[in-house]
Amino acid sequence: MSQMTYLEAGRIALEEEMRHDAMVWAVGQDLGRGGAFGQYRGLVEVFGSDRICDAPISEAAILGGSVGAAMMGTRPIADMRMSDFVLCAMDELVNQAAKARFKSGGQARVPLVVRAPIGIHWSSAAQHSQSLEAWYAHVPGLVVVCPAIPADNKGLLKSAIRCDDPVVFMEHKALLCSEGEVPDDVDYTVPLGQASKVCEGKDLTIVSWSNQVHLATKAAQMLAEEGVSVDLIDLRTLWPWDKTMVFESVERTKRLIVAHEAVAVGGFGGEIVATVAEKFGGAIAVRRLGAPRAPVGYAPPIEDAVRVTEEAIAAAVREMVVCKSGGAPRGA
Amino acid sequence: MKNRSQRIINVARLRAHYLLMHRIRALEEVAARAFEDKLVHGFLYPSIGQEALTVGVIAHLTKRDLVLSTHRGHGQALAKGASSTAMFHELLGREGGICGGKGGPPHIADFGVGLLGSNGVISANIVIGAGAAHAVKLKKEDRIVVCYFGDGATNRGPFLEGLNWAAVFKLPLLFVCEDNGYAATTKTRTMTAGPGFLDRASALGVPAVEVDGNDVVAVEATAAELIRKVRAGEGPLFLHAKTFRVTGHTSSDPGAYRPKGEVEAAKAHDPIARLRELLIGAGVAVDVLDADKASAYAEMDAAYRSAREAAFPAARMAFVDVQDVGSPLVEAF
Ligand SMILES: Cc1ncc(C[n+]2csc(CCOP(=O)(O)OP(=O)(O)O)c2C)c(N)n1
Ligand SMILES: [Mg+2]
Repeated sequence: MSQMTYLEAGRIALEEEMRHDAMVWAVGQDLGRGGAFGQYRGLVEVFGSDRICDAPISEAAILGGSVGAAMMGTRPIADMRMSDFVLCAMDELVNQAAKARFKSGGQARVPLVVRAPIGIHWSSAAQHSQSLEAWYAHVPGLVVVCPAIPADNKGLLKSAIRCDDPVVFMEHKALLCSEGEVPDDVDYTVPLGQASKVCEGKDLTIVSWSNQVHLATKAAQMLAEEGVSVDLIDLRTLWPWDKTMVFESVERTKRLIVAHEAVAVGGFGGEIVATVAEKFGGAIAVRRLGAPRAPVGYAPPIEDAVRVTEEAIAAAVREMVVCKSGGAPRGA
Repeated sequence: MKNRSQRIINVARLRAHYLLMHRIRALEEVAARAFEDKLVHGFLYPSIGQEALTVGVIAHLTKRDLVLSTHRGHGQALAKGASSTAMFHELLGREGGICGGKGGPPHIADFGVGLLGSNGVISANIVIGAGAAHAVKLKKEDRIVVCYFGDGATNRGPFLEGLNWAAVFKLPLLFVCEDNGYAATTKTRTMTAGPGFLDRASALGVPAVEVDGNDVVAVEATAAELIRKVRAGEGPLFLHAKTFRVTGHTSSDPGAYRPKGEVEAAKAHDPIARLRELLIGAGVAVDVLDADKASAYAEMDAAYRSAREAAFPAARMAFVDVQDVGSPLVEAF
């Protein structure tokens, strides 16, 4: 184990995979100088500019070109700088990468990683702060990953690179400098589709991912002092998501909150809540916590107004556990 | 076009340019100080060294004409008539900000002075500018559109689509390519094929002209001719200007990837210093020029002070101006 940042864990994952497989390469703007956030620092010196490949500001070509190169058996990491710029290559992602295998009757494979950091960070305002992971979870053909801690950033990026499906890999910008213990083993991977249990509890289940997991953890700590015990699940992969772990948990706690930074309306929380409601009927009380349906603004009070805070999570938990304890779950 | 070697200069006009160029630089420098004071929340994209191209083109526009600026567009905003005070309030995210504190550094807009705004997505304004010009034509209005973008923006699809569109519909539009040689840390030349921007534009049916973007006299003369033609219905046209970004890409980028000496060499062509020399040669007293400079810094210091003293906008403003139909707030059941 080594202590390192989330950013460094991702950098090491890529370096290890590039050593392990000569077909792995990365392409994107400014990669030769370390990339927009330094996730590629030092790699061009090791692997050269063919494999750590600079790109013009040509998002359609970065992503679309990666689709073509992936079909040819290479394993590109298309660095989109921020998830907001994936929107400049939506045809390439949704119509091309996600459909190529199916529409060719299985002839094509697109082993592509679309690396696209998400989230509210540093007052970056409406066009540089979005969390659109639910869009990609909606698209058949794509795998969707949102790591929350350094060890998962390493293990999941390695799995994403080894995966033969196109993976939309969304780091959170606010987590890049966060630190944690990371296994040194080059064979360490985290399987796609497997959630992790952040803390065990019996009163209520919180499902979350990405930076929101850390806010949910703080809420769980606050609640523990009040005698409320939360079962907190970091989903890690949104598609496919770990129904087994979520079902096991809600069967015990009978209460579920899904909390995410993304807008609540149409967010992936709705999918999880609906799946649980369909499986368990009214036996489980459910609630989604997400942002208001407003863009992210620049001024701190305006930016903060759309955050799902730890206080908001704790308040929702109290409402479901304390106020309604013993009573029938809402909706029943 | 006028023979540039003659350099028939209008001193009064050039003094106005001198003042405006200093106001732009002062705005950027004082904003950089505000960033160091940790009062700017996002990143700044400074335009220091690129003032002449802004001033020399926008000098020909009326208030009714429209400008689309770049993410590095504080100068373009100021030149179009935006208030420095409202801009500082925006940069600090305070009440009275030009976009209510919602936009921040790369999103300055002021429709009241014909500034349709800068954009955080590279190249997006090229097609939006074409659309604005399309509407001007549709409404038979007597005004034109100037659309600024960087060298890096020419490698995205909207460059091709926007220029072609403007040419097909013969729109009253001047494209201005602000070529500072870099797109973030990347030397644009290394990632751009073909003979250059002029050929790209002309291949798309948009006649293109080149000018030294750090020579405000040349920019003004060249832009005069292009804008006269655009007003006469001979648009769209394209102005390509070489300039230099003296700072890093953003306020948190030291620009260490640039070859040694490059910045120093470029400073020798500083547009403000060149204009100052010209004005001194034309008999303008040094004190007069220094007084212009001092007034620019005094204005921006005052604007910064005003912003610092202003309140932050109320949190509820986060839910204003989202859209007309439907509440942005999550219902609490
Ligand atoms: C579509 C898109 N891709 C990438 C970025 C990130 N980005 C912001 S500014 C910039 C460089 C732009 O270069 P150029 O157009 O030459 O303008 P300059 O910054 O030099 O003024 C990049 C890559 C972006 N904002 N939008
Ligand atoms: Mg540039």
